[in-house]
Amino acid sequence: METIVFSLLNGVIYGLLLFMLSSGLTLIFSMMGVLNFAHASFYMLGAYFAYSIMGVTNFWIALILAPVLVGLVGAAVEKWGLRNVHAHGHVAELLFTFGLAYLIDEMVKIVWGRSSVDYRVPEVLDFPLFELFGAEYPAYRVFILMVSVGMLVALWFILNRTRAGLIIRAALTHPHMVGHLGHNVPRIFMLVFGAGCALAGLAGVIGGNYLVTDPAMAVQMGPIVFVVVVVGGLGSLTGAFLAAMLLGLMQTFAVGVDASFADLFGWLGLTATSELGGITIASLAPMIPFLMLVLILMIRPRGLMGDREL
Amino acid sequence: MSEQAMKSYDDLAPSATDKFRQRVLPFIVMIVLLAAIPLFDPSRTMNSLIAAMGINIVFALSYNMLLGRAGLLSFGHAVYFGLGGYAVLHAMNAIGAGSSGFWAGFPVFMLPVIGFGAGALAGVVIGWPSCKRSGVPFAMISLGVAELVASAGYMFGSIFGGEMGVTSDRMVGPRLFGLSMGPVEDIYWFIAFWTFLGTLGIYAFTRTPLGKMSEATRDNPERVQFVGYNPDRVRYLVFIFAGAFAGLAGGMSAVNYEIFTPESLSLAPSGLVLLMAYIGGIRYFTGPIMGAVLLTYMQSMLSDYSEAWLLYLGLLFIAIVMYAPGGVAGIVYGLLGILRRGGTDGVLARRAKQAAGVALAFTGLVILVEIAVRWSNGYGEVFEPFGLHLGIDTPLSWFLIAGFFAAGFGVLRMAREIEEGHG
Repeated sequence: METIVFSLLNGVIYGLLLFMLSSGLTLIFSMMGVLNFAHASFYMLGAYFAYSIMGVTNFWIALILAPVLVGLVGAAVEKWGLRNVHAHGHVAELLFTFGLAYLIDEMVKIVWGRSSVDYRVPEVLDFPLFELFGAEYPAYRVFILMVSVGMLVALWFILNRTRAGLIIRAALTHPHMVGHLGHNVPRIFMLVFGAGCALAGLAGVIGGNYLVTDPAMAVQMGPIVFVVVVVGGLGSLTGAFLAAMLLGLMQTFAVGVDASFADLFGWLGLTATSELGGITIASLAPMIPFLMLVLILMIRPRGLMGDREL
Repeated sequence: MSEQAMKSYDDLAPSATDKFRQRVLPFIVMIVLLAAIPLFDPSRTMNSLIAAMGINIVFALSYNMLLGRAGLLSFGHAVYFGLGGYAVLHAMNAIGAGSSGFWAGFPVFMLPVIGFGAGALAGVVIGWPSCKRSGVPFAMISLGVAELVASAGYMFGSIFGGEMGVTSDRMVGPRLFGLSMGPVEDIYWFIAFWTFLGTLGIYAFTRTPLGKMSEATRDNPERVQFVGYNPDRVRYLVFIFAGAFAGLAGGMSAVNYEIFTPESLSLAPSGLVLLMAYIGGIRYFTGPIMGAVLLTYMQSMLSDYSEAWLLYLGLLFIAIVMYAPGGVAGIVYGLLGILRRGGTDGVLARRAKQAAGVALAFTGLVILVEIAVRWSNGYGEVFEPFGLHLGIDTPLSWFLIAGFFAAGFGVLRMAREIEEGHG
């Protein structure tokens, strides 16, 4: 019971973080067809910017300022980089962002060093909020939960209830028509790219101190973000949300399960001393996202809720 | 009329001299080059660098069978390289044990054949689910498979040796061509032989009907279906061969280094081979060769000079993607073409101006990066090129950076204005 409740809570938080990271990528990918390899690098930038800003001022200013800065960097990348590559096709765009990820990684290493930085949870939020089954639950995780839900509601409101959201949704499926109606589609692309990067930056700000802030965080997170987008389906934020929650919960639960292959398949004669039998479910947790990715692409290429195939 | 049409078609076919010049001569040059290298008595470092280049040439060429020829962007090509390498290491250990009949008589020199087979086998198994899709889905599947195989590598210690990897000893088994495989000179002939054979094999593959069909599938899969081929099947077959040649390169690497770790299966080496092929130029057969030579050189030499060599690599890659999609080979052949035509309307002058602009701006960038790296390390080290003292708080350094950038972009703008004036 205890494990289940904690896994549920942590899984939801991890899932929400994943969703925040991948919502921007889903928008970018559906609208521009660009699978942004550097998306997780913007997440990393968010964490590092917040760390630096926090050194000068405090966490709350960092919470606002860091995502804005990341968004500006993203918009600049779109305007002066990606847009020029667009003419060479999607593979060139993908490769451009692949190179960009390399570049941001190296720049982060130069500016902030190769080891992890001491980006901490602000003291105001660094206390146990409540006690559950004799274990304390940190307030910061609940703060993450609140920020993520707030972001979710705001994103939903903007996309579904405002004029800007209307245009963005139209540009997701019919960019040419939106252009014919007199909207500046390249500018919309730039804004959406910037906003998507800002969301990734926000995820970095609140996730960087929850997890760890080091130059490897982009490489670790990057492929998982792809999984969320692909499993969720092209053009569907709901799908991305479902996929993120599913992944978050599955990974957290898998880590919590104390069983090995021998326990599961003992009836087939698999012993715990053999190599295959000794593999635990917990050690499989990092593989789950990629298993899902491959299976979804083979069985249901449009993803859970996608409106079209990749 | 029809006779005339026939005649003009005949004229289009390459003449025997053209065929010789384009298809045979490069390989003769390669043989001569490979045979000449030992005459210069290369140092130990040079020898190991050449070995790494040979391995990477075959690896990058096999990657280009997918990306350049078949239009399949793979993020998991190192899987086949690694699996081939592991198979060879296990075979080498079996030779070393020398108990069973087959392995006891197997020369280490021929081991890359095992790598070829293992890579092909891995391609057969993994390619089956991957090749049902092309484009971005294919890239994503290859990424997922690479992550899965790499994690499995850490899990099955008896096959992949865990973190430590699998090691072996190459000085076992019967000798071939009188090579004991011990000293670097012997290894040179081993690498040279297999680099040549790998290159020749991959070139021969591009000349087969299957190789031609793979290019057709890249350009227009629908049309391929109309002609009566199954694009999925073509992709699958090409994928198997690409895996096999990657396995061959892995086998060369296994004999050369005598060790493989599960890390060699992961995304990082797959990304590096992508960079090699693309920077070299995926539209040309020789492109990946140039890319492999350049990047291997950068990897071992530039990393001694600068810690930020990966940053320069990333910049080079982005510059190629943005401004020279033909890669290094595209630039080289473009220049050769201009020279052959005699550099009409100042094209050569314009290119030279562009090159000068890029070089100037790049110098500024190098100064900036090198100063930043030393400042970031915090050891109080200072960048001192040509006896200049360039610290982070020296006005001269910022003056130089700004000056080089301004001059570089100024020259580039001038070159562009000339171009627009011509257009």
